[in-house]
Amino acid sequence: MVKDIKTNEFEALVLGSDKPVLVDFWAAWCGPCRMLSPAVDAVSEQMTGADFYKVNVDEEPSLAQQFGIMSIPTLLLFKNGELFDESVGVLPEADIKAFVEKAL
Amino acid sequence: MRDLIIAGSGPAGLSAAVYASNAMLDFAVIEKFAMSGGQMLNTYEINNYLGFEQVDGFTLGQTFREHAEGKGAEFISDEIVSIKKIDGGFKVVCAKAEYDAKAVIYALGANPRKLGVKGELDFAGRGVSYCATCDGNFFRGRTTAVVGGGDVALEDALYLANICSEVYLIHRRDEFRAAKYLRDKVEKNDKIKVLYSTEVEEILGDRKVGSIRLKNGEELSVDGVFIAVGIEANSGLVKDLCELENGFVKADESTLTTCDGIFAAGDIRTKRLRQISTAVSDGANAVHSVEEYLIKK
Repeated sequence: MVKDIKTNEFEALVLGSDKPVLVDFWAAWCGPCRMLSPAVDAVSEQMTGADFYKVNVDEEPSLAQQFGIMSIPTLLLFKNGELFDESVGVLPEADIKAFVEKAL
Repeated sequence: MRDLIIAGSGPAGLSAAVYASNAMLDFAVIEKFAMSGGQMLNTYEINNYLGFEQVDGFTLGQTFREHAEGKGAEFISDEIVSIKKIDGGFKVVCAKAEYDAKAVIYALGANPRKLGVKGELDFAGRGVSYCATCDGNFFRGRTTAVVGGGDVALEDALYLANICSEVYLIHRRDEFRAAKYLRDKVEKNDKIKVLYSTEVEEILGDRKVGSIRLKNGEELSVDGVFIAVGIEANSGLVKDLCELENGFVKADESTLTTCDGIFAAGDIRTKRLRQISTAVSDGANAVHSVEEYLIKK
């Protein structure tokens, strides 16, 4: 299971990681987010070269604001402490994998 | 070779799964995501499905799924890439594996249609949305616009009116297609400004949506645009096997398509009324037709 992270952990875990990091912005009331999350979980178990985290936009609105999230689910991909790419909307497992692989 | 593959796990596919279990068919449901429900997952309030006075789409979808699972239906989480005719049935080719079956119930439903205006794709996720219940909260206290005139557009406008300071409801015709009770609610809602006979020309902004320009030249300042202009059937996988009509798979209530052995259920098929209840009905009809087909075979 991909771990939910808090605003105060973001810098160390995401920006400070030496691996590419995929962050799934989601909320409990968002149906498509609940479709995407199990697919992200599955990809996280197959890929050891990247880290995976989730951000609950209800609990961490400042993170959502910081990255200008206006639609969920949104996947943000970070590399070397910087935003590398983003994807809005639901993606199947294979596409999530391909998305993360771009940063490897 | 299985008797049946059910493609899709919206209400049509799940209803078919329940009936196929009762018919003791050897079958599996293939779904793109391990979370069932189809379009209803985006619906915040459903009040017309018999037995549920008021329920959200996610909960109802899960209830349907638990029913199908309880019957022993097998679910495969994979994306269908193609469907091919083979000796004695069909080969359903997926991203991870292939499955053979004598018959296929095709119930892949539909997705929101794009409006097709300049700026729409550029601002997707930057103020342009196709799911008010997903993204409405990002526009708390802001001004938004909803484009469309059907049930979904009016439901979206009413949902957003609870969150936003002002909601424009833009419709190209001079009256709404939506149900009467929704039209009444919209009319009584002070926050919703209805613009009839109005079309969007372009969505504008700097990194995110700032305004929309209408075909009449007027420009509305908005922070978000929610598009609800109908649906587009996911019929691509059978377009070479079955006859389509406006993108929908041609089939009547029997769900029989022009391709022997493929049955079209739910929003995917040509029909007058696309509702959860009519999709559920299709699932039952499809299995009945599959049984007849397997006996004749």
